[in-house]
Amino acid sequence: LKPRPQPSESIFLIAIGLAASVLMLASRLAGQGAAPGLTLLTRDGPRPLAISVVSDQEFVALDELAAAFQLAVREEPGAVSVSYKGKTIVLTPDQTIASVAGRMISLPTRPVRSGGRLLVPIDFLSRAVGPIYDARIEVRRASHLVVVGDLRVPRVAIAIESLPVGMRLTIDASPQATSTLTRDGDQLLIKFDADALDTTLPAPAPQPFLQGLRRVDAVTLAVDLGPRAVIYRSSNQVIDTTARLSIELLPPATETAATPAPVPAAPAPPAPPVLPAADPPAFGQPTSAIRTVTIDPGHGGADEGARGVQGLLEKNLTLIVARRVKGLLEARLGLRVLLTRDDDRHVAFDDRAAVANNNKADLFISLHANASLKPGATGASILTAAFPDEARTRQELVPERVPVFGGGSRDIELVLWNQAQIRYIDQSAVFMRTLQERFQGRVPLDVRPTGRAPLRVLASTNMPAVLVDLGYLSNPEQERQLANGEFQGTVAQAILDAVVLFRDYLAHGAGAER
Amino acid sequence: MTRSSALSAAALVLVAAVLAWLLFVGLPRWYATSRAPQAPAPTEAAASPAEAERKIKARLFYVSDDGRSLTSVEREVPYGADSGAQAKAILEAQMAPAAEPLLSAVPSGTRLRAVFVANGEAYVDVTGDVISALPGGSLNELLTVYTLVGALTANLPAVNAVQILVDGKEVDTLTGHVDLRQPLTRNPEWVQ
Repeated sequence: LKPRPQPSESIFLIAIGLAASVLMLASRLAGQGAAPGLTLLTRDGPRPLAISVVSDQEFVALDELAAAFQLAVREEPGAVSVSYKGKTIVLTPDQTIASVAGRMISLPTRPVRSGGRLLVPIDFLSRAVGPIYDARIEVRRASHLVVVGDLRVPRVAIAIESLPVGMRLTIDASPQATSTLTRDGDQLLIKFDADALDTTLPAPAPQPFLQGLRRVDAVTLAVDLGPRAVIYRSSNQVIDTTARLSIELLPPATETAATPAPVPAAPAPPAPPVLPAADPPAFGQPTSAIRTVTIDPGHGGADEGARGVQGLLEKNLTLIVARRVKGLLEARLGLRVLLTRDDDRHVAFDDRAAVANNNKADLFISLHANASLKPGATGASILTAAFPDEARTRQELVPERVPVFGGGSRDIELVLWNQAQIRYIDQSAVFMRTLQERFQGRVPLDVRPTGRAPLRVLASTNMPAVLVDLGYLSNPEQERQLANGEFQGTVAQAILDAVVLFRDYLAHGAGAER
Repeated sequence: MTRSSALSAAALVLVAAVLAWLLFVGLPRWYATSRAPQAPAPTEAAASPAEAERKIKARLFYVSDDGRSLTSVEREVPYGADSGAQAKAILEAQMAPAAEPLLSAVPSGTRLRAVFVANGEAYVDVTGDVISALPGGSLNELLTVYTLVGALTANLPAVNAVQILVDGKEVDTLTGHVDLRQPLTRNPEWVQ
């Protein structure tokens, strides 16, 4: 996170927000008709710029532009010159062509006179004023903003969707802007590290999980929580140049944990006992249910992994199966599923773990295919992590009492990033055995179906994690089987079944361990 | 001085001289003569062809019949004067082409660049062939790594853990699976 803005900066940002609101309102009351005015956003604060509509075209008055940008306007017979620090625009009335610092540009429409004022089309700002002005001028017509200079004004798009139990807000800021999420009573505050926001807030009808969305100041949005939204979970993700913040508004953990999984093909798990009504957990605490799963398709890019004799590449197989598992888990269980890669590219080991850790995934499944020097080797196997000095490290994991924000203290275990998995070794082993059990009879298993090894990709994962070798590409018969779409579907279904059982285990059997 | 006291002093000097000769000349000579056949000086040993071919027995590791783990066989390898030299001799024997029906998990062409032993840990530096010639798959990589780890930890009490370096550098993994960022101890799970 970036450092908090200084007080003077905060005051400036709040001033921008308040002034923008007041000016927007004022311009509407001033009778600009259907065309709301533009708002110039500059370092000196926001400033309104009225729009006039003539023949369905939007214009701004040249004298207003001159005042806003300190332009010198001189009218001569047959021409109007507009100067800024020695650079000049020469406009010829009734012409769509203008000269800007000696270069010709075209305007979408001719300048017009109205009430003694010369009006120029809005594009005059970016096409003519921009090239002679000291700072960049960006016109955002959809939001009626003109961003002057290097102000950071990300476009913020908000999508609201219902979950099987709960609601998800997806907030995309582009170009990416870091945001800080805090809770204040019944509202979540999202403060962006920016100078202003370019956003139109959706206005959903009040619902059990979400009352509404508000703008608090120039860079802060508020989410008003509904009465059922007891827990929230958030995650950050960067997609190209967009920073995505996902917020899930959820009921108490006990409610979601007891929700039966809508999986007709899954083996019937033992009926979940009705849990006693517990106190709602504190915000941000982990819950025992599985909400987010990270699937890691092994290898990628120049790293092809193992290669079958008929040409099947491990990196392609793992991606195909990962997508199938993701589709099933999302559609059948309503889980949030993240892939560490969704195309053919190299992803560093730590970045794979980071996708899971930064999104607080509850389960990490790395998919691979095996190869052996013995061509007869066949079958799937599942591995969990091992560490060279595991016993000693686990003994040293004594909770440390640390003060927490707002007073009080909390016991936390401090563990090195490259040994994070050490806390979850037992749970990972349970999931490994569950997978083995679900594969049995459907997916051929290796003669040694489970094992432990110091696996690089699992070491830093901060949740139960396994590596699944789907079969041997060195075995031609198995290679054909692995390439078969039906078989891939069977594997994906078996993994889904294991996730269902493991979710029940976490909810009822091992909640206290977490 | 009386005559008797003069005789006594002469006798004492004589006894002291005899004792000094015995202590500083006679005893070392006798000791050197008695030890010589059992412990020749290193320079003498190096010069002797019989000592240069001195062997010790070591357990070397190869892929098991089912391909899922490693199995050990006992082989004679050259004697090394210290743990570093002995580690080198064992690894060179382990990395030499295996005679049928043995199958080595270390890719052929891989050569030992250097080995250092310090504080119970061995650092084994091998050529990049260990990566380029290794077929993919976690099992192949595990068996390659534990072949090198087992060859040293099973034969040298002074080595508890082994870190593998490739072309003189630390590596994350060989082919994307086994964490090689720190020394690995022996792992019975991958050895029969």
